Amino acid sequence: MKNLFFTFKSLSKGLLWCILFLLLVFIVSPKKAVAGEEKWPGVDSAVVEKYAKKFGVEPREPFINTDQGDLLLFIFTLAGATGGFVMGYNFRKIFKEKQSGSVSRT
Amino acid sequence: MKKCSLFKLILWFSVSLAVLSSKEVFAMHLSEGILPAKDAIGAGILALPFVIIGLKKIGKSKKENPLYFSMVGLLGAAVFVISAFPIPVPIAGTCSHPAGTGLSAIILGPFPSVVVAAVALLIQALFMAHGGLTTLGANILTMGICGSFCGYFTYKFAKKVGFSPFVSGFFAGVVADITTYAATAFVLAFSLSNDFVTAFLEIGLAFVPTQIPLSILEGVITGFAVRYVFQNRPELLSHGRNMEVQI
Repeated sequence: MKNLFFTFKSLSKGLLWCILFLLLVFIVSPKKAVAGEEKWPGVDSAVVEKYAKKFGVEPREPFINTDQGDLLLFIFTLAGATGGFVMGYNFRKIFKEKQSGSVSRT
Repeated sequence: MKKCSLFKLILWFSVSLAVLSSKEVFAMHLSEGILPAKDAIGAGILALPFVIIGLKKIGKSKKENPLYFSMVGLLGAAVFVISAFPIPVPIAGTCSHPAGTGLSAIILGPFPSVVVAAVALLIQALFMAHGGLTTLGANILTMGICGSFCGYFTYKFAKKVGFSPFVSGFFAGVVADITTYAATAFVLAFSLSNDFVTAFLEIGLAFVPTQIPLSILEGVITGFAVRYVFQNRPELLSHGRNMEVQI
């Protein structure tokens, strides 16, 4: 019964985080973007590259240019998936296996 | 509990996937070829000792605590994801990313946090058209060193003053984010302009509308993360070596 309660509590917390995340995404959704030529530019082009150009420097193309078609989308998806997996795996190892007693404290 | 762990694993995985797989990708580090060669090399030379000391500290801590390497893995992945996480800021109409180095410095220590940031920045520069190889040293200097050390010492100071783990983490996150971008403005002004003060103020102020809301968001995330660690494994807050249980 106690375990069930904790599982429910954790699930509720997880759901609350999901709702907060969705709310954040909704609040900052592109529909609310400031009207302009380019919507949501990164601060690289809005600030860094703008001032670099002002001082007479042009950014160069990356040595390995993955910004071609959907290639960058693939790389970012792969990176996100790998990063998420590594985070989840280590999070479980540090915080969850310790609770179940399979990892001893130093 | 296993169900809950699986749920959290899926949640982490989904959020990372959703965040990084957006069609529009914006790079926010110093772009490739933006710095003159002498400054790029100088920044690399300045950053190198921090990386070497960080590597040594990771090796030492790994021997003392077998779980330390898992912490490095967790926070390395977190810094990698967070620093490639374009967040739209409606007030400014632009996108930028948090640094994540404040959090990693609090848990791993500032030197290992520099290593974690360096690895994340190297992968981003190599494969994600995010930053650059010639500007890697400068990006380590701004995000890795400034973000980590300023965040770490802010956390230590806030704790000494008597703030709760959440508030201390919040301040550390805010300071780490702001100092990262202040350092970026510093590097740009120092390298590109003859009138350093004017250029630094101009570039620094241009970052303000985007970075102030984002630094608050980073502060909240860092605060919650630090509070979670404090409640569940407080010994990790002394870099996994000593037990430290308070409150």
